[in-house]
Amino acid sequence: MNQVCPIFRREFLGYFRAPVAYVFLIVFLVASVFLTFFVSKFYENNAATLMGYFNWQPWLFLFLIPAAGMRLWAEEKRAGTVELLFTLPITTLEAVLGKFLAAWAFLSLAVLMSFPLALTLGYLGNPDWGAVFTGYVGSILMAGAYLGVCSLTSALTKNQVISFVVSLLACLVLVFLGWNLFSDFTTAYLPAGLVELVANFGFKTHFDPFLKGVIELKDVAYFLSLTGFTLFLNVLALER
Amino acid sequence: MIEVKSLVKNFGPKRAVDGVSFAVRRGDILGFLGPNGAGKSTTMKMITGFLRPDAGTATVDGIDVTADPVAVKRKLGYLPESAPAYGEMTVGEFLGFIAEVRGFRAKDAKRAQVERALALTHLAPVRGQTIETLSKGFKQRVGLAQALLHDPPALILDEPTDGLDPNQKNEVRSLIKTMAAEKAVILSTHILEEVEAICTRVIIITQGKVVVDETPERFRLRQPGARLDEIFRTLTQGDI
Repeated sequence: MNQVCPIFRREFLGYFRAPVAYVFLIVFLVASVFLTFFVSKFYENNAATLMGYFNWQPWLFLFLIPAAGMRLWAEEKRAGTVELLFTLPITTLEAVLGKFLAAWAFLSLAVLMSFPLALTLGYLGNPDWGAVFTGYVGSILMAGAYLGVCSLTSALTKNQVISFVVSLLACLVLVFLGWNLFSDFTTAYLPAGLVELVANFGFKTHFDPFLKGVIELKDVAYFLSLTGFTLFLNVLALER
Repeated sequence: MIEVKSLVKNFGPKRAVDGVSFAVRRGDILGFLGPNGAGKSTTMKMITGFLRPDAGTATVDGIDVTADPVAVKRKLGYLPESAPAYGEMTVGEFLGFIAEVRGFRAKDAKRAQVERALALTHLAPVRGQTIETLSKGFKQRVGLAQALLHDPPALILDEPTDGLDPNQKNEVRSLIKTMAAEKAVILSTHILEEVEAICTRVIIITQGKVVVDETPERFRLRQPGARLDEIFRTLTQGDI
């Protein structure tokens, strides 16, 4: 497992060797701040919470994480470096973990760079720091699950566009399942038990409790098991 | 050192490699010849553990590649066709990464291996340049440096002199020759003179089968007075 380390370092630093990292970070921050201030009306709400920021996260991730994840394997396959990587003394699992963790760390960095927002909150009012903290934890866990899906789709193709579109659709389904507008719609047609069961597979169902300052084992387990499962499939897809 | 027994690989309905067997000892330089699509690269990819054979075995230093691929990869240096490398990295960074994955983690050991590889392949002047900005000849040498970095007992080189100018070709040939004394080397090539210049044995494969396995001298005696490419053409005519 100690082979994960060099892969992780190469990948993580790799983001900053190309303009990709800077473009991504700037777009991510501009978009999330814009949504928080102008759509969620951060000031007018007069409430010292980051709800306005975190509530957009599932929708923002929907576009930005497939954009960050599409290159993970598709690019290696296109450039032929996958042959180099898999003739080095590493296992497929180590390569998958190294690449995934690097991308996850990068996304976490993007999420955490919104910290001036939290500082503003502390300056203007008296926020519930617990809820701010759990919001960040939930956001990072959810980013991992999105990324797992994207890494898997990227391993299935050498075309980044296909990878992007397929992972966006897969994540869209996972967001919709847990979206209350969607369950309001389905309750008219389906029994309540089934609606709840379906909603349990959705991102938002498990993300919203974090925003209220609650970390529940089932929500953490949901994100981690979804991540683990997609990475497992990722290894299988590469060993085909 | 390298032993291949009745390797078979199918791509869909096409049998790319059809029962290839040979053995390479230390000190041997095996020239792997054959028309494009004859199965040279596929055979090499199976020895390196990048592709899984459908039947047959390949062992390196007594280790079966399907049983313990990581152990085999440790013993091999492999230059894939057209020398893929991470283009956004500099030559120094790239070789540093390879050194880390090859187990040279301590700073001094890592630097020593990288310096050695840079010196062997005359890459020192471009060590700070990103790989994507290098000419084809330099890229090829980066691939060679990467394969030689850990001083492996067995080398597999897929068209090592492809894209080099005549001087560089000569240089790479003499480099391979000087190292070959204590190594087992397999190299594939299209250039018949190259086989004569450095190889101690020649294997010709056509349509996935070995049709010639002998010394270059005996190969020449097949049609005394004829040019090498004429002999080659007679042997591989079925492929055209």
